[in-house]
Amino acid sequence: MTAEVSRRAVLAGGAALGLAACSPATAAPYPGALLGADVRRGHRLRDAKGQSAFPPPSGAEERIPLVIAGGGVAGLAAGWRLAEAGFGDFALLELENEAGGNARGGGNAVTQFPWGAHYLPVPNREARGLIHMLRGFGMITGEDASGAPIYDPYHLCADLEERLLWRGTWQEGLYPASGLGAADIAQHDRFNAAMEHFRAAVGTDGRPAFASPSALSSRDPAFAALDGQSFAAWLDAQGFTSGPLRAHLRYCCRDDYGTEPDGVSAWAGIHYFAGRRGWAAGGAGQSELTWPEGNARLARLIAARLHPQIRPSHSVVRVVRDGDDVVIDTLDHLAGTIRRIRAGAVILAIPDFVARHVAPDFVGHAGFSYAPWVVANVAVSRQPWGAGVPLAWDNVSAGSETLGYVVATHQTQSAPDGPSVLTWYNALSVGDPAVQRRMMLRRSLGEWQKIIAADLLTMNPELDGAIERIDVWRWGHAMVQPVPGFRADPARVVARAGQGAGPVFRAHSDLSGLSLFEEAHYLGLAAAEGALRHLGRPVESLL
Amino acid sequence: MVDQDVGPNAGPPRAHAAILLLSVLVVATCGLIYELLAGTLASYLLGDSVTQFSTVIGCYLFAMGGGSFLSRYVRRDELGAFIRVEIMIAALGGWSAAGLFMAFPLAADFRVLLYALVLAIGALVGLEIPLLIRILQHRFGFRELVSNVLTYDYVGALIASLAFPLLLVPHLGMIRTGMVFGLANVAVAIALLLVLRGTRAVAADLVAAGLVGASLIVGLTMAERIQRWSEIAYYGEGVIHSRTTPYQRIVLTRRGADLRLYLNGNLQFSSRDEYRYHEALVWPVLGRVAHPARVLVLGGGDGLAAREILRDDRVRHVQLVDLDPEMTRMFRDTPQLAALNHHSLSSPRMTVTNADAFRWVRAASGPYDAVIVDFPDPTEYSLGKLYTESFYREVARLLAPDGVMVVQSTSPLVAPRSFWTVATTLEAAGLTTRGYHAYVPSFGEWGYTLAGHGQPALIEAAHLPAGLRFLNAVSEPLMFDFPPDMARRVTPVNRLDNQALVRSFAEEWAKYDG
Repeated sequence: MTAEVSRRAVLAGGAALGLAACSPATAAPYPGALLGADVRRGHRLRDAKGQSAFPPPSGAEERIPLVIAGGGVAGLAAGWRLAEAGFGDFALLELENEAGGNARGGGNAVTQFPWGAHYLPVPNREARGLIHMLRGFGMITGEDASGAPIYDPYHLCADLEERLLWRGTWQEGLYPASGLGAADIAQHDRFNAAMEHFRAAVGTDGRPAFASPSALSSRDPAFAALDGQSFAAWLDAQGFTSGPLRAHLRYCCRDDYGTEPDGVSAWAGIHYFAGRRGWAAGGAGQSELTWPEGNARLARLIAARLHPQIRPSHSVVRVVRDGDDVVIDTLDHLAGTIRRIRAGAVILAIPDFVARHVAPDFVGHAGFSYAPWVVANVAVSRQPWGAGVPLAWDNVSAGSETLGYVVATHQTQSAPDGPSVLTWYNALSVGDPAVQRRMMLRRSLGEWQKIIAADLLTMNPELDGAIERIDVWRWGHAMVQPVPGFRADPARVVARAGQGAGPVFRAHSDLSGLSLFEEAHYLGLAAAEGALRHLGRPVESLL
Repeated sequence: MVDQDVGPNAGPPRAHAAILLLSVLVVATCGLIYELLAGTLASYLLGDSVTQFSTVIGCYLFAMGGGSFLSRYVRRDELGAFIRVEIMIAALGGWSAAGLFMAFPLAADFRVLLYALVLAIGALVGLEIPLLIRILQHRFGFRELVSNVLTYDYVGALIASLAFPLLLVPHLGMIRTGMVFGLANVAVAIALLLVLRGTRAVAADLVAAGLVGASLIVGLTMAERIQRWSEIAYYGEGVIHSRTTPYQRIVLTRRGADLRLYLNGNLQFSSRDEYRYHEALVWPVLGRVAHPARVLVLGGGDGLAAREILRDDRVRHVQLVDLDPEMTRMFRDTPQLAALNHHSLSSPRMTVTNADAFRWVRAASGPYDAVIVDFPDPTEYSLGKLYTESFYREVARLLAPDGVMVVQSTSPLVAPRSFWTVATTLEAAGLTTRGYHAYVPSFGEWGYTLAGHGQPALIEAAHLPAGLRFLNAVSEPLMFDFPPDMARRVTPVNRLDNQALVRSFAEEWAKYDG
């Protein structure tokens, strides 16, 4: 155990104790727990400074043709692709006790709930691999006459989808529908028209200007140039200065990227609006797929299929090349032992800030930055309501800095009242992410609970007395930030260029720059298909 | 500070001055509390909080100005006038919240009463400070006097505005808050009277203050009952049972022989005419099924539909699914309710399951020979799920090939688009349908939709038992005729992701209610 306790950790712990002693705010006002990625396991890699801190591998070297490092959506998607190709001879190493990454979830006696990503927009026509998977899961039940997928209605987000607390009243939709000046309305219309234009735009290379997955987007310089400036600068230059419009766009940037509009590339900002052309029968293309446990539904369905291959609580501490093989040292966090695996190929489905520590030979030094998030699941004895339209799936207040809450029982319950779980989201997007991250970790459970309860009670005062429990999940590196220039970032260009080579393949949404399920899924499939070909297995691409 | 401004020593002694200054603090706190109570109550009962608060505060401040103006007509004995004003404020302000709650359902125009009360309390509160300044003018210099009085006045306002939302409303509730501050006004009056008792006759005022104080103490102990009375008045009938469950507020009322059930304030049945509703709900289905051995009831926790079903000896098993355990327990165990449903919920042929039907149907397996779908109207998106194509597909799966189902489908007269949306949606789920309607006096013209797997039974005549009070072989077929104002029209399919029914239902009923 002594190896687990670094001097840094002792100092940090001491500081936390000191704070706890002098802060009256640390008594938690509600039952609950402070959760999050296992910081101790993660930082062990970072603080190791090379591999000298880890003991030498013990036991016999294990021979596995293919290893996937990382069980987030990219790693799971890679595993799903291998299974789909009938290839089962691989191991998936996951640092945490449960695979899923940002798509993990939890549950209580009332309902399942998400701990991170909670929906997937109905995929575009070009997301072939994803559509294939959804069909396999029974979420697509058939095709209409035009070939458009028919989605099982239970998986499509039920009405009422969104509501906004605007000037004291809940209204349908997330954009204010009343009290706007003529200039605000005109700008909003002009913005929508501009996005409609981008949605339909096709580059000189014949590809959509904004595709989802983004890898299939046009390389036309006319659109690539948008990557060079921030979304805020682009909006200014286009004369989109309306206060309500900018407030809404800021909400969108924070919701999808965890980042302020001046920190988001204009290409990414526009992609949010112009990249979605959901392909579905019956007019469901604009809809979202969602489940009580959020995207954990998808992650668990994949993980169930990969059960024999997944090794939880195993992190990769070293990846080096040895001849044609790759040698992987893996740490079993429960046993505390290091084992060596020799593989023909490896898929690095881990974030860049981890990959560069464990596989420095294959991962260049990239300056990616990550947005911290806080997600809370709030168990309530009765559902919120409020003046205006009734409770929706996604409930946002125009007067709050937070991203509002999602109702976990929205898809499954027909009772107009009764207990539920509200999943509360906030992206800590203002200022330096590192500072926000430190602040996030320093706050006690009680402090977070007070912040969350105050935010919820401001939106829904009638919840007073109904909050039974608040569990708080801290995501230190929730999302890679699509900063201006992210598409042309040399680290990404190099990583993508090296994809076909092997024996090391990379798969993580970090490489696309957009921390979205569709992106991670696509990159996972691409890496899996590359690895299969490297191992001499012919594969018909699903991409 | 040098006490150079002290005027002639004609005023009350120092102890009096201290009590009077303290009373400034108390009356200022009480005054603002009454204003906040009136504003909160008005927005609670009338809605639109911005309008209610701003008009109540405006009237109140205006009335205070009026009171200040009127203070000039008090020419002598300011202290006596102040004490009587306190007693009157105690009575009016102390009882304001309770009075408004009780008056709301009774008053023809609640607003007139509200603003009359606000103006009266405001005028009395407006009298207080000018009178106090005059009483104290001989005790302090003008400079110190104005400073003292206004300081305590504003500190009182701060105490009231912080205590009201943070402590009083959450912990005491509005009725008790009014009473407690009324008692504070009484306490000021009594304290002054006791201090003065050597110098003047106080007996009459003491008795008045004592009576008001006693009424407030009695009111304080009865706050719960007052709340209940106000609910009785709201329903216009005696409330014989009321309970708040995690899902709804159940209220049962009785006037004479008429027993009524309200869920969240919406009438569910009146014992005078519920036989019309329930015979029309059940018998067109059972009369068209050859062997209704297994019957499923979704909703209907009052057991009244089940009562009709269990009259049929062919029925061997009834499965009832209702969300609220409190509801089915009440209608099983309360003697007068169990008498109304003929103890249907404790019948050996009955199985009661408390579950959300939306989830239950997905996991259940059939077949059922008859299905009675009797949910509350689709007033909410959550309830609207129970009227969707997805839901009806599950019900259709549970329905035997020659089975028949019926869906309570709101009023085809008030909400014809909503009524026919149910039929369109059932048809989208692969069923054939046939709408009908019946007149139920306490509901109005009410609609139902029969559905089945395309069997001819749907259009054939029903075999009805003898002894029904509403339906017979002549009256039953008439229900299927729709005059032009209720005739079928083109409607969308109600799906989970569009909830067309909830939207049209809200629109049509809002138009009807004006």
